Amino acid sequence: MRVVLRTPEKEERELKGPKKVREVLEELGVVPEGVIVARGDELLTLDDEVADGDTIEVISAVSGGAR
Amino acid sequence: MRCAVCGRKAAVEVRRQGRAFCPEHYLEWFEHQVERAIRRHRMIEKGERVLVAVSGGKDSIALWEVLRRLGFDATGLHIQLGIDDYSRRALEATRRFAEERKLPLIVVDLKEAYRLAIPELAELTRRRACSVCGLTKRYVMNRVAVEEGFDVVATGHNLDDEASVLLGNVLHWQTDALVRQGPVLPAKEKLAKRVKPLYLLTEREILAYTLLRQLPYQHEECPFALGAKSLLYKEALNKLETAMPGTKQTFLEQYLKKIELVLQRGLSAEEVELKACERCGYPTTGEVCAFCRTWDHAYRWAKRKGRIPGEVRFEAKPRLAFYPEKKEGGAARPAPAEEPAG
Ligand code: SF4
Ligand SMILES: [Zn+2]
Ligand SMILES: [Zn+2]
Repeated sequence: MRVVLRTPEKEERELKGPKKVREVLEELGVVPEGVIVARGDELLTLDDEVADGDTIEVISAVSGGAR
Repeated sequence: MRCAVCGRKAAVEVRRQGRAFCPEHYLEWFEHQVERAIRRHRMIEKGERVLVAVSGGKDSIALWEVLRRLGFDATGLHIQLGIDDYSRRALEATRRFAEERKLPLIVVDLKEAYRLAIPELAELTRRRACSVCGLTKRYVMNRVAVEEGFDVVATGHNLDDEASVLLGNVLHWQTDALVRQGPVLPAKEKLAKRVKPLYLLTEREILAYTLLRQLPYQHEECPFALGAKSLLYKEALNKLETAMPGTKQTFLEQYLKKIELVLQRGLSAEEVELKACERCGYPTTGEVCAFCRTWDHAYRWAKRKGRIPGEVRFEAKPRLAFYPEKKEGGAARPAPAEEPAG
């Protein structure tokens, strides 16, 4: 599967599927609470399974600076 | 995982509540949370005019959208900070959102209004960009609200912002800052009421909302945010939250509950009295407010370096640009009949 990380810099990774979203994030070392995972327009939960041919996006929710 | 309302496949989990929602019911849940916070703390009363501070990022864009959907009279205020391409794209995202929804927008361009942008202001005063930026934004927001007749300033501060600030203040025992943290700061003479309607929603929940609503927002981060301590605190809190859902909310809410009692017992009475700034007339604890002091300081150096002509004096009144139409004058509150329709 293709994983596009936007944290927020764009970065691409290739992982073996099928896998649950939870396992994908674990493998990437990403804390689930800080991101949303999407497949196209569809938002995924940690229990959703990602197939080998899928492309998913891991989008960072964390923004910094004094506001 | 199934939607807690309809049983369809879930798209977003709200782990701190042990629930998940399909897209439709997630949007409903989210907007209801905001509405409840507004009502519970009487943030915005019926008929009040709201000025929304809009950076173009997900939080402020989501806030403006929800306020619009809840039927509030909400005008955007975007402050153009002059931080290269980042700021240019922030304005683009903000204007696109406003135009698509026909929402009124006010823009203050710092470089046009005050001759200097945030990077130069930081360099000339030898201070951190975020410190002079935060101070400038707060001043401009308040002054625009007061002079344009808005009742409330709403900002997009979320649970992660509030919890990480709290953590930072607790770690350093900054007690003066600790008592000033709440979702509502009441109005005072020449100080507009300030509210944070998203203060109990996490960044992740807000991001899910902007994605599901397909709102245009700026995902890119300000270059000065890199390495900010707040990011470290947020990351630490998110690790705790993943292991113990609800940690961030409990941390903030329990704190606010306790401080409320302390405040009622009179800590607020010890608050220093506010005077009018000698330079600009806006509230300050000293003779000259922090905003005027900072900018006067920057002007002195800018003149020495020949970047600003020697005879120019710093003028704190911001210059406003109105979208879509240009209004005349400023100080008077428009009669209901003159208010823009959309
Ligand atoms: S990160 Fe700092 S400099 Fe950048 S917009 Fe936020 S407060 Fe201003
Ligand atoms: Zn549902
Ligand atoms: Zn002043």
